[in-house]
Order: sequence, then C-alpha cells, then structure tokens
Amino acid sequence: MSLIGARVLRKEDPNLITGRGQFVDDLAPAGMVVMVFVTSTEPHSRIVGIDTSEALALPGVLAVWTAADLDGLPPLGLPGLGRPLLATDVVRFVGEPVAVVVAEDKYLAADAAGLVLVDYESLPAAASLTAALADGAPALHEVLGGNTVFEQPFDDDLAVEFAAAPHTASLHIVNNRCAAVPIEPNACLADWGPSGLTLWATFQAPHHLRNTVATYFGIPQDTTRVVTPDVGGGFGAKINFVPEYFLACALSRLLARPVKYTQTRSECQLLMYHGRAQEQDVDVAFDGDGKLLALRVRVTQDQGAYPDPTGMGLPVLTTAMSAGCYKIPKVAVSWRNVVTNTTPVAAYRGAGRPEASYLIERIIDIVADQTGVDAVEVRRRNYIPADEFPYATHSPLAVYDSGNFAGAMDELLTLFDYDGLKAEQARRRDDASKKLIGIGFSSWLEIAAFGPPGSLEAFGHLASWESVQIRVQPDGSAIIYTGASPHGQGTVTTFAQIAAGELGIPFEKISVRHGDTATIPQGIGTMGSRATAVGGEGVRTASVRVVERAKAIAAHLLEANPSDIVLEGDGFAVNGTPSRTVPWSEVAWKSFRPLEIPPETEPGSLDITVFQQVPNFSFPSGAYCCTVEIDRGTGEIEITGMYLVDDCGTVINPLLAEGQVHGGVAQGIAQALYEGITYDSNGLPQNSTLMDYLIPAASDLPDYTCGRTNTPTPNNTLGAKGIGESGSVGAPPAVVNAVVDALSHLGVKHLDMPITPIAVWNVLKGAQ
Amino acid sequence: MSTVSVSATVNGVQRTNEVEPRVLLVHYLRDMLRLTGTHVGCDTSNCGACTVILDGAAVKSCTVLAVQARNSEITTIEGLAAPGEPFSAVQQGFHQEHGLQCGYCTPGMIMACTALLAENPDPTEHEIRHALEGNLCRCTGYQMIVNSVRWAAEHPDGVVPARPDATTPVRSTLGAGS
Repeated sequence: MSLIGARVLRKEDPNLITGRGQFVDDLAPAGMVVMVFVTSTEPHSRIVGIDTSEALALPGVLAVWTAADLDGLPPLGLPGLGRPLLATDVVRFVGEPVAVVVAEDKYLAADAAGLVLVDYESLPAAASLTAALADGAPALHEVLGGNTVFEQPFDDDLAVEFAAAPHTASLHIVNNRCAAVPIEPNACLADWGPSGLTLWATFQAPHHLRNTVATYFGIPQDTTRVVTPDVGGGFGAKINFVPEYFLACALSRLLARPVKYTQTRSECQLLMYHGRAQEQDVDVAFDGDGKLLALRVRVTQDQGAYPDPTGMGLPVLTTAMSAGCYKIPKVAVSWRNVVTNTTPVAAYRGAGRPEASYLIERIIDIVADQTGVDAVEVRRRNYIPADEFPYATHSPLAVYDSGNFAGAMDELLTLFDYDGLKAEQARRRDDASKKLIGIGFSSWLEIAAFGPPGSLEAFGHLASWESVQIRVQPDGSAIIYTGASPHGQGTVTTFAQIAAGELGIPFEKISVRHGDTATIPQGIGTMGSRATAVGGEGVRTASVRVVERAKAIAAHLLEANPSDIVLEGDGFAVNGTPSRTVPWSEVAWKSFRPLEIPPETEPGSLDITVFQQVPNFSFPSGAYCCTVEIDRGTGEIEITGMYLVDDCGTVINPLLAEGQVHGGVAQGIAQALYEGITYDSNGLPQNSTLMDYLIPAASDLPDYTCGRTNTPTPNNTLGAKGIGESGSVGAPPAVVNAVVDALSHLGVKHLDMPITPIAVWNVLKGAQ
Repeated sequence: MSTVSVSATVNGVQRTNEVEPRVLLVHYLRDMLRLTGTHVGCDTSNCGACTVILDGAAVKSCTVLAVQARNSEITTIEGLAAPGEPFSAVQQGFHQEHGLQCGYCTPGMIMACTALLAENPDPTEHEIRHALEGNLCRCTGYQMIVNSVRWAAEHPDGVVPARPDATTPVRSTLGAGS
C-alpha cells in the first residue's frame, strides 16, 4: 500500500525523546582529549607575537599550536585567498582562530586558552561593504588589489528600456547578515589511529567531508571514515569546511589520542559561516497598470574575510532567481563579491534565494504603491501563466519546471478575509486609539533539488546525484542506505514511506541508515532541498529494481512466468490466480540460497545500488500572506496571521512537510523582525551571544495557517519538488510588506530588516 | 584542583562523586554520570537545551554548579520513563504531534514542558508559549511543540487512543520498546 501522502509519525523520534540520541559531543572514547581555540579579539591586526609558554606549563595541557606549527597544513578555500587553519601573520575578523590548545579536559583547556597571550598591532579595518569599497579602503588580501574578489558586469544595462519606460522605481536593499544558529553548535571528534582516521562531525555531507579530509592529508579514502551521527540542525551552515575539522585530525595524529572540539555558542556566532549579508540596487520599469517592463538588479555580496566557494555562488543564485514568478520582458543582472573584516559568509537556509524573493516581492509592492493597483492584482497581472512551462528565464540556470502561481494565490485568499481586513485597516487608520493593521503578500519561487549534473560540482562536490542502496534482509525486512544526510528533516521516515509502497514491504520493516562513509556506498548530502527530490527518487528507482528481481525469484518458486507476478498482500501472487502466492519473507530467505533460486540468478540479488540523477532543478513556489498589528505608542509589531500556501509538488508526508514550512517560516520571520549580525564602526561584532542575537522563542512567533496546491515536477517520477527552504524564502517579504503596508499612509516605502519596534517607533514619531 | 563530594539522587539513583567546585551541573550530568541526553546549546542560559528538573522545578543545568545540587533530587530526560515503561505523556505528545525535528533542543524542551504541566495541567496556547520562553528551538517554529504540550494535557496517561476507523491514514504507535 502506498504511504505517499500519509501523515506517518517519525521513526526518528523514540531515541530523540528519551535522551538516547547520539550527537558528536555525547561521544567520549577512551583516551579522549579536548581541543579549544584562542580566537582573535581584533577585526584586522598584525600578529606581533604569541606567548604560549604559560599555557604549555599548565599540568594536563598536551599541545598548544599557532600558525608556526601548521607545517604541511595549507589554507582552505580559494587559492591565494585561502583561510588558514590558524591566523597567519594577520587576523582578518573577530573570532578567527589564532591558536589551539589541547588538554585532558574542557576546563583545563579553557584555563590554558586563557593563558595564551597574543600581541596585536592594529590595522585599519573594513567591516562593512561600504568601508571595503571606499576609496583608499584597507585591503584584506594583497593579491586582490582592492577588496572585490569577482565582478560580473551587466551584459546590457537596459538603459534604452528604462529611458523609454512610462514609470520607474529604484530601491536599495540591505539583506541582513544572519547567523544560522543550529541549537547544536559545531562539534567534531577525530581519532587518527594506526589503521586509519575516523572523524565524527556534525555535518550535512559526510562523503564530501571524507573526500576532502583524505585529499587534504594525502591519505586513502578507504581508511578515512567520516560519521555524522545525530546532527542538531544544520540550515546550510554545516556544509562548509572549517579549520576545526582539519586541526582536530592533525592534533589526533600528533598526540595519538582522540581529539574532540565542541564549539561554544559565542564561538559559533563568530566562527560558523554567516548567511545573507547582501546589498542590492534594484531598478524596475513598469506601465500605469502595474505591468512590469524591465528589471535591473545589481548585487553586492559580502563574503566576509575569506571567500568560500558556496559564498561566491550566493549572488549567482540570487540573480538567477530575481524575476521570481513574473514574466518580465527584460531582466539584467550583475554582481560582485567583496571581502570585509567579518565572519565568512556562505549558505544559510535558502542560500541566495531568500535574497531574490525578497527583492522582487518588495519591488512588486512598490509598483503597487506607485500605480495604486492592489498588491494582489499587480501580482496577478505579471504572473507567468500556468500553461507556459517549462519557462526559460533570463538565466540559463533557471528553466522553471512547472508552476501555478495564480492557483496558489487563489488558494491563499480562501484562508482569510482579505477584503474585510482591508476595510478594517482603513477604519483603524482613522482611529488613533486602535492599532494599525498591515497586510503583506509574497508570491515566491525558489530553485531546489540540487541534482542536475554540474550543479553541485560547481561547489566542490564530487557529483550531483544521490546514492541509495536497498538491501533486502533474509527475513524480508529491508535496509535503505543513503548518502542523503538528514539533520531533522525526517528522511528516515519519508524514505521508508516511499519504499514501502514500491516494495510491498511494511513501513515498520524498513530501516533507513545514513551518515557513515564506512557503510553508505557513496553520497553527496542534504542541502538545497534535494533529499526527497533526488534521494527519494533514488529510493523509488532502487525499489522498482528490487521488485523486478524479487518477481523473478517468486516466479521460480510459483512456477510461473515473471511477467505474471504481481505484488499482493504480504508478498507475491500470480496475476489472475490469487491462490498461488508466496510471502516476501520466503522470497527474501530463498534469495540467498543458491539451490532455491533460478539458475541464472546470483544469491543476494535483492541488493540494489542507485546513483540517482535528475535532469533539472525543481522550482517550489507558493503564496504567503502575513498580517500584522502595530502599536502606535511603542512600535511593537505583532503578527496576527501567517497564511501559507506551499506548492512543492507531491508531498510524501504532510506532517513533516508542514514541519519544514513552519521552521523555515519561523526563520524567515526572524530575519524580517528579529535577527541581524551587526558590526560597530571599529569592526567589532555586536551579537556574539544569544543574549544579543535574538532568535525567536515560542512567545515571539504566531500560529501558522497552512494550505497547499500541487503542481508536480516532471523531473522525477514522484513529482516532489523539495520543501526544506521554502519558508525561509517566502516569509521575509510577506512580513516586511505587511509592516510597510501598515505604515504606508505615513509615506513609508521601505524599511530594512530586521524591522525592530524602535525602527517602527521612529517612523511613527516622525509622522507626528 | 581540589574537589568536594557531591551526593544527589539522579533519576531515582543515589550518586556520590568527587567534583571540582567550579563544575557546572550540566557537565556533572553529561561528563561524570554520562547522562548525555541533557544537551548544551549556549553559554548564556538562553537556549534551555540543558533543562532538567531539580527538586521539582525546571532549571537550566548550565546555570547551576554541581555543588549547588548537593542532596537534591534531579530528573533528566533519561529518567522520565523507566526502562520498559511507555513514554511519558509529554514524550508521547512530542511524537504524536511532530514536536521535534533535529531533536537537539528536545530533551530540555520536554523537561520544561513536564514541569509546566506539573504546575498547570491544562495550559492555554498562550500560557504554553510564555512558559517555554526560555527554551529555544530552531527547527519547528514552535506550533507543533505547542500542539505536543496540548496533546499531553489532553492525554495525561500518555496513552494513544485507538484509531477511530480503518480508513484513517496510517500512524505509527511506537512504544518505548520499539
């Protein structure tokens, strides 16, 4: 029986709700020692000297390393702009590791780290895009001759189209720098023994890490094992290579002891890659009816101190997706990547696409405001029609697979009374005793299912397929091994659901294993909303092949023709002769016994490995609406409704899909209203703990009202597009549009995120 | 560094250990007793991943020294359901209502919810959201956590009702032993 679409409860839960999960920091092999960093307190300084003598003298301290000890351990990242494992001569951001200490326990290690004395000579810092791009700005990397790493100019800046346009508008947008804040910070445990290296890490792509670590140290992959046990959230921030993985391995090799590193939250805020950190200059041309004529987007991407391949790709994705759901006759894009004295920037849930949906959905509201056409109607007038797919955009990356944007908007408007709320909004504006109401929409679209050949290779991965191996066990149960590497998504459950329907083996008798390069054939990992659309498709492909082979064995046992065998009940039957059946358990058992299978069949044949490819990206989409109330006295913003229509094609498990939407939307609301990493004018970070970086609690977030439309992707047989990042793509523009809408009668056109009560209060005060 | 003797009843078992005075309760539980279900998610007492129940009250065990817990009674996530016993109502609620994704904040969240229901067996959504202000989850967006607490309030014995009819979509009813 197919379980696709069923609200099945998770197989993952029992361990996790009883404290029996196993996260990296829970591991403590015999002989384990602890590694901690000494990190830079300076945004940009020359290291004059490091005195490690007091730290080394402390009993229980085993090693203190500085850059001088990194012989044979080269920097990570881009050639010439690499990120050293420990700052070499110069520190380039606050939080950059300067020295590393290994001691017998974590308290001793922290004591020793506090005894390492670092002498700095301050250099001028450029901790913002403005500072880094200013004339005479301090250069972070001499080889660059400036701070721009790469610039893609406009092919055609559409000067002609804009000159001829009846109406134009321009907007400078700051897409705020965010921290991913998985509740489990980074952690790793390296054990380099005589027979090889094992690295446990909280990571989203174990094989990618294994391959990279083996190459880095020049050791064979077969004796290099990476295990990603339970992973406490990733959100894209655990797919990049960071110094700790390589240092822990090197120190384990040196000391012949397992070496564990567990990041503190304060370190995590500064060391884990940040996301977003983008500025955009957007121009739009449109007619008096709100029809878009041309769009011009220039993205300036803050890369932080050391450019990362994923970070370099962010503006590529933003500019590819800038036109959103809309048919815009002319689109021009350009981008540049700039280094600054800040934490390096790479993927964070959505990675480049939230920045795109935000800019186009803000622009649509500005067009609505300027033309006086209703915000929903402007969207309707510009949607790509449902019958024009596949739809080629201005970008070769983005050929939209399928979509029904008007359908999602129709569904959204069934979830609440838009006209009634608009009338109430008008009444409230005239009554100063009442809170203001704002209504904000986003018709968003994103690029997902990173799987087409070449898509992940560009970010340094081996390939873009996902691996799935299905092994039927002698008792008729099955184990699925996959290179997808979940960290909360529920893949163990959804993959078992997909397989159960295809294999005819009960859900309860299917296990899914992941996160260990010693047992998983090969793998890529979980990111870019790809696990279900690529790996899940692999489960189906492998299941079909397993059943084909099982039918041959069943046919032999039933003395029938394989083409007459069908899955039925708990096993196989001869089509049209329901009395001739053989249970799965017997087929499975006998599949291993040479004397009981067809002579041309090998024992153990019910074991299939698939490297699943997909021909194109998928493009999940949806329509969201946020309603807010704003306190005129305090500027406090309360979200009173969050209406969410997602179209991710086929949904495997609605409960889990809703969970993904909720979580992504929560992060989107957080970006819009609460979160932002900022640096002061001296380059010092202002949000290095959870005391001053506000990730929302239950009391800060609303209930979500979910709807759904279903436009399957043609790129896989499941029809599933991916759902992991949707909420973080769709929510920020809906929230900001709602706040701006609430204040629009005061002449407000735009407010940058995060929109805090003080920002709103200043607007209200200015209007008095 | 000198140590002091700390005795406490942890999950019903009397434990006595020599502990450095500066050791945090969470490190005592995790590193000395090897009860690793209690997690650490921050260093400023904001996240609540380390929440345990100390003499009946939910506390953040990163904010308590082990020596302060002398002679106290401590329950951690491992002590909520005895071996072979079914999940507690809150544990079952989190399973039934998809109140967890990555599971890292979950033990602390479950302990905070357990303490909440002990104090207020029938909380409103508003009361639940405010009671959980000190526990951060980055995966769920909280609505399903709120639903989980409501489920536990409505099923205080933790027993999952039988499916009303055979056409209801399949929902697993995993017990503690499965």
